[in-house]
Amino acid sequence: MSDLLNVSSSPHVRSKDTTASIMRDVVIALIPAAVFGVYNFGLRALMIILICVASCVVTEYLFEKGMKRKITIGDYSAVVTGMILAMNLPASVPFWMPIIGGVFAILIVKQLFGGLGQNFMNPALAGRCFLMISFAGRMTSFAVEKGNALLQGAMGIDGFSGATPLALVENAENSKAALAVADSGVDVLQMFLGTTAGTIGETSVIALLIGAIYMIYKKVISPKIPCIYILTTLIFMALFGGHLSTGDLPIFLFAQLCGGGLMFGAFFMATDYVTSPITPKGQIVFAVCLGLLTGIFRAFGPSAEGVSYAIILCNLLVPLIEKVTMPVAFGREDEKNGK
Amino acid sequence: MAATFQQGGIHPFEGKDLSKDLPIKVVMPEGDLVYPMSQHIGAPAKPIVQKGDRVLVGQKIAEKGGFISANISSSVSGTVKAIEPRLVTNGSYCNCIIVENDKKYETVEGFGQDRDYTKMSKEDIIKAVEEAGIVGLGGAGFPTHVKLSPKNPDQIDYVLVNGAECEPYLTSDYRLMLEEPEKVVGGLKVMVSLFPKAKGVIGIEDNKPDAIAKLEELVRNEDRIEVCPLKTKYPQGAERQVIYAITGRKINVSKLPADVGCVVDNVDTVIGIYNAVCKNIPLIRKIVTVTGDAVKTPQNFNVRTGTTYQQVLKEAGGFREQPEKIISGGPMMGMALFDLNVPIGKTSSALLCLTRDNVAELEPSACIRCGRCVAACPSNLVPQKMMEYAEANNVEGFIGINGTECYQCGSCTYVCPAKRQLTQAFKHAVGSAKAFQAAQKK
Repeated sequence: MSDLLNVSSSPHVRSKDTTASIMRDVVIALIPAAVFGVYNFGLRALMIILICVASCVVTEYLFEKGMKRKITIGDYSAVVTGMILAMNLPASVPFWMPIIGGVFAILIVKQLFGGLGQNFMNPALAGRCFLMISFAGRMTSFAVEKGNALLQGAMGIDGFSGATPLALVENAENSKAALAVADSGVDVLQMFLGTTAGTIGETSVIALLIGAIYMIYKKVISPKIPCIYILTTLIFMALFGGHLSTGDLPIFLFAQLCGGGLMFGAFFMATDYVTSPITPKGQIVFAVCLGLLTGIFRAFGPSAEGVSYAIILCNLLVPLIEKVTMPVAFGREDEKNGK
Repeated sequence: MAATFQQGGIHPFEGKDLSKDLPIKVVMPEGDLVYPMSQHIGAPAKPIVQKGDRVLVGQKIAEKGGFISANISSSVSGTVKAIEPRLVTNGSYCNCIIVENDKKYETVEGFGQDRDYTKMSKEDIIKAVEEAGIVGLGGAGFPTHVKLSPKNPDQIDYVLVNGAECEPYLTSDYRLMLEEPEKVVGGLKVMVSLFPKAKGVIGIEDNKPDAIAKLEELVRNEDRIEVCPLKTKYPQGAERQVIYAITGRKINVSKLPADVGCVVDNVDTVIGIYNAVCKNIPLIRKIVTVTGDAVKTPQNFNVRTGTTYQQVLKEAGGFREQPEKIISGGPMMGMALFDLNVPIGKTSSALLCLTRDNVAELEPSACIRCGRCVAACPSNLVPQKMMEYAEANNVEGFIGINGTECYQCGSCTYVCPAKRQLTQAFKHAVGSAKAFQAAQKK
């Protein structure tokens, strides 16, 4: 026995899951939505996705190199941030915008606060909101550039451009037109499939669901937060959003469910580990808060969208939510009740 | 439906197939035998022999050194060669009695003699257990005679035999339940006789269906004893989890099982009680699983205490492949060894030799707050937050979120995708926290 043996503290076995394998699964889950985005909006969408991912990864690499830290681009977390940022952008934005968004997300929101695990809000979403505030016009114009048919994709060929379905629903209310939702230009089947205007990754509910099911199957996410979030939003809209709809309530709710970033936000952004509560009860509170805020923004806000701001605001509430929802330790339930 | 605990738990690779099918093989010791004075929780035992003394098999060579302490008996006959510090399993040096084996195996008077426990008083039964130096053989090593003497014996309504054996790779309790089931039942009958209102329950994980069937068969006509299948989930065999699974009662770090009317002992401990009371045999043997992918013939061995791990490994055919890591105990809670020349004591349960060290392969990285540790913790704690306090040396913060409830089962560390050394930090933090609490009480 001359060979040296390894010695370490127990446990001596570890599960197969690693940070990189989890992030890789998220990337895989985003692929259906990304592919659909490219089909829907053309190769321009692919360019936006690639630029977003590249700018996030390069920013992370350069920052860590400059700070003489360990390079962590191998954990795929910057790739996930880049993908999610791209999914949140319209395909029509100029190519410099995703670069600014990616740098802001990784440098300001993630690395300056301590890197992976330390960011106080979802970096991709913060990047999107930063772009929204700075370049509101370009971020909400879903028009597809005229020109090369290949670059335009399915949406361009259809000649459909302009307002998103959810904006149409809201406009129907604004003009006080007593139209049924279906008459306002919203085709719910189109919304489910995703052949509508919108950001690259948010339009196709079916593609998003495929990714979500993959993540749930791989146990990367639990359906708890997304389901409670979506349910709360729909209940809120059914109770308080009625003024937006004069038509069929189920169709209105289905439009609310499929429209905007709700599906994408619920499954891919509200479930972000770093910016959602770690406590089981906290996750429920978080999801309900998300649903309420999204409902308020959608029903009473000036824009049709509410998901991004709802998630970002609730990200900020996470430390507080965790503090009040700490689980009671096994065998200490009586003490808690006795207080 | 098999009983289990609700919160947390994990399903690591079981690895029990390696060693579960071969019968327990008796190993005769070679060379000197080494008896550490600390093979249990509590005060070290005090040697009552001197260098040069002749000792016999079963002779008491060290006496309990306090209320919570245990006697130690010689497992061979021979001469006391020295009393000196020697390297033990946990990597430290401990005062040991070293006996040179004369290989005659002469026993003390009365050794192995049948006794009828029904004719013994409760005090005599407990005294017999104390004399025999029985301690909790599941790993903790809590002196059994103390467990059997709770303040209010009349309030004990459950005597639980822990046959969960939830640690991966270990099969010693399983083999014992298959090979000596009547002793398990015999020991349990002795225990139940101490507590007039108690029901005896043998809890076994359902990955051992033949052991469950065998014991169910044996207790069919015992009206105070039953078998309870438990769900296979780590750490099902932890005391708090076993009590909860079978009785629905909960204890925390400040309580003893007796506070909720329970006495819990491991399968081998119960056999130890049987041997001590009914056969007048002190605790001088241990069943050790020698296993892992580096071992030629993984098997269970009946080893006299004081034998070295080195020798038991030789009995298993030595290494098939050079191991990278050797563990005394199971992979979840065992201790890594750097030298096999350490004695097998009362709480040694296995020698696990692995060709690959999972821990060295995976470098810890930043926490991504995925919450897997929270989901895995059987004590319903938040390891992620405990780690923040532990890393900041914030003892009060650690206590504030009930960090002292952690008994280092390792589940959080097993599931952590960032491969953080949570359990290692908690071992240290729980120690500091307990010292802090003790200082505050003064």
